[in-house]
Amino acid sequence: MSDANNRALGAYRSNFLKEVEANVEEGHWVKMCMQCGVCAGSCPLGPHWQHSPQKIFMMIRAGKRDEVLTSDSMWMCTSCYNCIVRCPRKLPITHIMHGLANYAHRLGLAPKGQPTREIAKLFWDNLVKTGRVNELKFSLAMYFKDGFGQGIKNAMAMQGVGLGLVKAKRLNPLELLGGHGCKDKAGIHKMVAKAREIEDRRKGLA
Amino acid sequence: MAKKQYAFYPGCSSQKKASADNFLRSIDVVCQKLDVQLNEIPDWNCCGASIGYGEGGELPRLVISARNLALAEKNLPGQDMVSVCPACWLATREAGERLHESDSLLAEANEALREAGLDLKNEVKSRHFVEVLIEDVGFEVMQQQVVKPLEGLKLAGYVGCQTNRPFGIVGESFENPRYLDKMVEMVGAQPMETYDQKVTCCGGALAFSEPEKSQKQIRDIVESAYDHGADMIVTPCQLCQANVEIYQSEINKKQGTRFNMPVVYYTQLMTIAYGGSATEAGLDGQFIRAEKLEKLAGK
Ligand code: SF4
Ligand code: SF4
Repeated sequence: MSDANNRALGAYRSNFLKEVEANVEEGHWVKMCMQCGVCAGSCPLGPHWQHSPQKIFMMIRAGKRDEVLTSDSMWMCTSCYNCIVRCPRKLPITHIMHGLANYAHRLGLAPKGQPTREIAKLFWDNLVKTGRVNELKFSLAMYFKDGFGQGIKNAMAMQGVGLGLVKAKRLNPLELLGGHGCKDKAGIHKMVAKAREIEDRRKGLA
Repeated sequence: MAKKQYAFYPGCSSQKKASADNFLRSIDVVCQKLDVQLNEIPDWNCCGASIGYGEGGELPRLVISARNLALAEKNLPGQDMVSVCPACWLATREAGERLHESDSLLAEANEALREAGLDLKNEVKSRHFVEVLIEDVGFEVMQQQVVKPLEGLKLAGYVGCQTNRPFGIVGESFENPRYLDKMVEMVGAQPMETYDQKVTCCGGALAFSEPEKSQKQIRDIVESAYDHGADMIVTPCQLCQANVEIYQSEINKKQGTRFNMPVVYYTQLMTIAYGGSATEAGLDGQFIRAEKLEKLAGK
């Protein structure tokens, strides 16, 4: 287990709600949930959520730390914002789901190999590197995330799509040699590193 | 008429030679016709989309949007910031609002921004291009420019998620927004008003990571357009456009369907109705060719 996880366990022993309030984005809203169930029927990938947002809020209050943080459910969020506009208590549910997923990821508790967790990391790394997302490098990284052999297979399966996009001038093969990017890459790197440092300090992740 | 000026945030997918390159071309035509000037924010960066949360966390994600707001404030003072991508708009507006609500977050964001030589007062308003069209230009003026009504064209208006929620267009309902249908009417085409999948999620970024699960969403969206007798789907969102257009062939392969439903942007309809060519409308950038629209353009 990670040091950050041990520290969080020590600091908030048996009070998971407090931990969420302190360390999870918009976590202070969790206690406002009145368990009406509206959000539970709102997720597009609903059948694939082992625990709906409503249930996750209940589990947080019941102190089920391991079950929540190791859950696959938050990673099923498509950021559709159905829940936010429907919740009678105006909980920013989308952000709490994102916040829980990020917290579990940073503590090293999120499920290993969870595909959305992996592409989220690839996407962010791709963006921070040049300031802009390079769609070609991002898709290639996606295909090859499961190793070289699988990567070739994935790329072949989607070859029609890739070539179609190149033909339609919507994907530029030259992107591989550089492509889109910001001028002030150095500034962006320093800025993002600073933001992460501040947040990690505040949340005990550093 | 004096041109209306805006600080323009194109976003990663609407750069030249990116996946929504064709969208950008049609936006240029629409802006010229309607005296709208979009001034690109110098050195803008990616908004983090929604999926940025996984690794980016809260402050780093807010800060990358804060950088764009700060660049707009500094280089294009007094202009509203306009995005054509719902994810860009959402991320930027959300960041602006979150930093308004919390002085301590704003102070932290500024501490990070200083590393890039910037400072945010947080006075810029972040808007979607559709808001500019509806609120600043207005349906009446937009309609006056129509020289070639798209007669006989049947369109399923697919609004999707993030143009519509959580902010949406003022005065529209989250569950049944009407503005896209009104735009279809404005260009002389026929909206499918009972198209029930108009605000269904296409799977967003999970179309990559959870293809099987998302393709069920996409199948519903396309199937209902066929059920309603639509010739094509029209959308304001780049990710909706790409997901719904590109994955049809995958769904056909796996499920034996024979989908071949074109998916276009509202600005492509407007470009043709305003007398522009198929190329000006970016119709050469379709993955599934919008033949009926091309024909209308050639008339
Ligand atoms: S809709 Fe809101 S109040 Fe109802 S269960 Fe979900 S989070 Fe709780
Ligand atoms: S934003 Fe996420 S949590 Fe909310 S309804 Fe959509 S998928 Fe569910």
